[in-house]
Amino acid sequence: MSTVTEYKKKDFVSDQEVRWCPGCGDYAILASVQQVFAGLGVAKENFAVISGIGCSSRFPYYMNTYGFHTIHGRAPAVASGVKIANPELDVWVITGDGDALSIGGNHLIHAMRRNLNIKVLLFNNRIYGLTKGQYSPTTSPGKVTGSSPYGSLDQPFNPIAVALGANASFVARTADTQPKHMKEIFAAAHAHKGFAFVEILQNCVIFNDKVFDHIVERSIRDDRQVDLRDGQPMVYGKELDKGVRFSGNSLEVCKASEASSWNASEATSADAMRICQGSELEDIPVPMGIFKAIERPVLEEDIHKQVAAATENLGEGTLESLLDSGETWNID
Amino acid sequence: MASTQEIPLQQVDDVVIRFAGDSGDGMQLTGNQFTNTSALLGNDIATFPDYPAEIRAPIGTLSGVSGFQVRFSSDDIHTPGDQPDVLVAMNPAALKVNLADLKEGGTLIVNTGNFGARDLAKAHYDSNPLDDETLKDKYNYIAIDLNQSTLDAVADCGLTNKQALRSKNLLALGMLYYAYARPFETTEKWLEAKFANKPEVLDANLKALHAGALIAENSEFFGVKYEVGSAPLTPGKYRNMGGNAALAMGLVAGVKLAGLKLFYGSYPITPASDVLHALAGYKNYGVTTFQGEDEIAAVCSAIGASWAGTLGATGTSGPGLALKGEALGLSVMIEQPLIVVDVQRAGPSTGMPTKTEQADLNQAIFGRNGETPLPVVSCSSPGDCFEAAIEAVRIAVTYMTPVILLSDGYIGNGAEPFLVPDASSLPKIPHQFSQEGDTRQPFERDPETLARPWIKPGTPGLEHRVGGLEKEENSGNVSYDAENHERMTLLREQKVNGVAKSYAPLKIFGEDHGDVLVLGWGSTYGAIRGAVERCHADGQSISQVHLRNMWPLPLDLQDIMKKFDKVVIPELNRGQLNRIIRAEYLVDTISLPKIQGKPYGGAELFGLFQDILND
Repeated sequence: MSTVTEYKKKDFVSDQEVRWCPGCGDYAILASVQQVFAGLGVAKENFAVISGIGCSSRFPYYMNTYGFHTIHGRAPAVASGVKIANPELDVWVITGDGDALSIGGNHLIHAMRRNLNIKVLLFNNRIYGLTKGQYSPTTSPGKVTGSSPYGSLDQPFNPIAVALGANASFVARTADTQPKHMKEIFAAAHAHKGFAFVEILQNCVIFNDKVFDHIVERSIRDDRQVDLRDGQPMVYGKELDKGVRFSGNSLEVCKASEASSWNASEATSADAMRICQGSELEDIPVPMGIFKAIERPVLEEDIHKQVAAATENLGEGTLESLLDSGETWNID
Repeated sequence: MASTQEIPLQQVDDVVIRFAGDSGDGMQLTGNQFTNTSALLGNDIATFPDYPAEIRAPIGTLSGVSGFQVRFSSDDIHTPGDQPDVLVAMNPAALKVNLADLKEGGTLIVNTGNFGARDLAKAHYDSNPLDDETLKDKYNYIAIDLNQSTLDAVADCGLTNKQALRSKNLLALGMLYYAYARPFETTEKWLEAKFANKPEVLDANLKALHAGALIAENSEFFGVKYEVGSAPLTPGKYRNMGGNAALAMGLVAGVKLAGLKLFYGSYPITPASDVLHALAGYKNYGVTTFQGEDEIAAVCSAIGASWAGTLGATGTSGPGLALKGEALGLSVMIEQPLIVVDVQRAGPSTGMPTKTEQADLNQAIFGRNGETPLPVVSCSSPGDCFEAAIEAVRIAVTYMTPVILLSDGYIGNGAEPFLVPDASSLPKIPHQFSQEGDTRQPFERDPETLARPWIKPGTPGLEHRVGGLEKEENSGNVSYDAENHERMTLLREQKVNGVAKSYAPLKIFGEDHGDVLVLGWGSTYGAIRGAVERCHADGQSISQVHLRNMWPLPLDLQDIMKKFDKVVIPELNRGQLNRIIRAEYLVDTISLPKIQGKPYGGAELFGLFQDILND
């Protein structure tokens, strides 16, 4: 391992030509990740960036780190093996709404449940892009796409609710048009010990353009988002004069002075569910930031503790001891 | 009736016993105890457990019958035997399922305590089969109420009747220990360890075991006491070895020989789960195991582990291999070591999970999208699983390729004495991880093996990307170039074909030329060997070649086949190897397929060989 030097963003830029569509939200995410990686104090060779299939999953080719473009939906499973085999690696999974929540839904929820120390960035553009525009598991009902010419009939997943339901220990949301927020969230995900799930609202300029404009468009976003900050009241608006408070099992808008506080580090999934379940089309602002960040046992640490304990108790196994094991007898 | 006379001791050289009862009757345990005791006496042994897929099928029903066949011999034997000499039937269902197999004149022990009207009805008997007077003529018929005998034997152990009856299998075992002059020590030690915390259960089991022997002695059920001498096995250290246990041990030995660590990702599936169980117990050997959420996660986690520099392995059976297909393509594409164990079972689909078959050969060699060659290795007996696993590790690591290792339920669950090799006799598996400063590109090939370098994440200065997209030669960067794709396809193929240059020469059992060559693979080894030996005793011109490496095929196979008039291929499928041999070599082979979920028997094959030799 080389000593960690000061990196600049360009140290994480690979020699491969980036081939996303001009205007794609992925460019901003890539730049943010490269900037954040440069400042984490992690040796470049220790990053492992692992993806599935889809537009977002081309990401590893553009990062000058070790990268693995795997198969559709399976990145969390591959990443689990990587992290267990070498816990020293800084493992990041790059995925999309189809990759993570449709074909790979099973792997995602089980990786969350197990709480490996890996970071998952889900680029949610609510559409299948690389296959040229079919409705995805996060597409809004009624959406006309190539595979839903009369409007999609599917009810979508809320990715945050899926992560909370699967008991991810860190759950956050950010948006591709808000680089400062993105970088804060990525750094917080990295600092979290355990599985970190980050949903990034991401614009697909070709097949689902402006899909999040009602949340992220610059002129309205201060009134349409509330940024969850650990231990802080849930206030929003350009002047931070508005607030959100709990009312029974849901939320309601209130004055900033009456806003409820949000404690992500003590939040149960049930608490966080109350915040994430509202409709983004209603008056209540859409929650962004960190929904939950709690500590619980990390799988790969426990696996290696068991290995160490067994080695301590039984001695380190050798080829000789292996061949000597079991009940044997000699024939002369 | 105590006998004062010495019971005569009769030497026999080969005995097959089948224990059959309800799946809750402990027949597997009983069979295993008889096996271990016999192995320690120096007999050659072979076993065949045959159990239902249901863990506890309705008690007493035909679907709930569990059997365990053990053959022990003073000769070198290759199969668990065709027809039992002794059948222990614990209930009417066990009798109905197994009686037809019992050798004429053999010994039939029936637990009459379980032949009430309801027991008979569950086995679909209209009348009590024990009323059949011809039983006594055809067999050495021993009718005994094992239930009552057990209750009597353990009466002072303080157990309820239900608890006490659980020891009846040990009473039956004690009878056979007496009849075949087996010592009790192995089983006593095992019981003491198992029931260390349940002294009353231990007491009952020990009492039942000894009571069985006493009953056999006093009743003179067997007339004689049999003695089976030790077999002329190669001198050395032996242990009794089951196939799945041997396979797990071979994987651990393989990584030790390569100086690697092992990661085993698996999803529970019959009959491969025992490999996962065994490896989960090897933690102090640096083995990590991961029970994935599904078959795909299992193989993908292993692929990830290999990428990170630990040897990744996964294990499954046929349906699971189907699910792993796409990931195997990825593994071929990124050219990294991976072991995929397939303990085959009868298919298609869920098929017959606890029954054996060899019908995944096509799937193993061909079952992926695109041009996706990978080496396939097979195991030919329980003990051979150890060496086959090491061979799989050798190929995977040397050639940077996934390898499929084919076993099956018959050898996976079977057991035999295993000559434990000396550690120094096992060749090391050399390999190197790229180091900081290495100038070889990620997909630059070794001129000899065509393998690419194994570059672990964490190595400074060698950062690069891999993935399922086609790669540019040498650099490994993504490429859609037409000629590059063809070149890379051929390079991957040449690399896998080149593995054949590293094989040990094929061994021919018998003359190197003649009338008939029997070409086999996998678990048919023992039955073929036994049948060919019988043919040799009759002076017939027949030889055996048994394949370890299924793909690529051995380079010396074609010349060997040319020296025989006929090539016969017995296999437990519809002729999958047969079709491959015909396609590869244009040889007019004769296929002997069998698809009954059961292995070939030696006598069965002997008969089939006679038809061919006399044709």
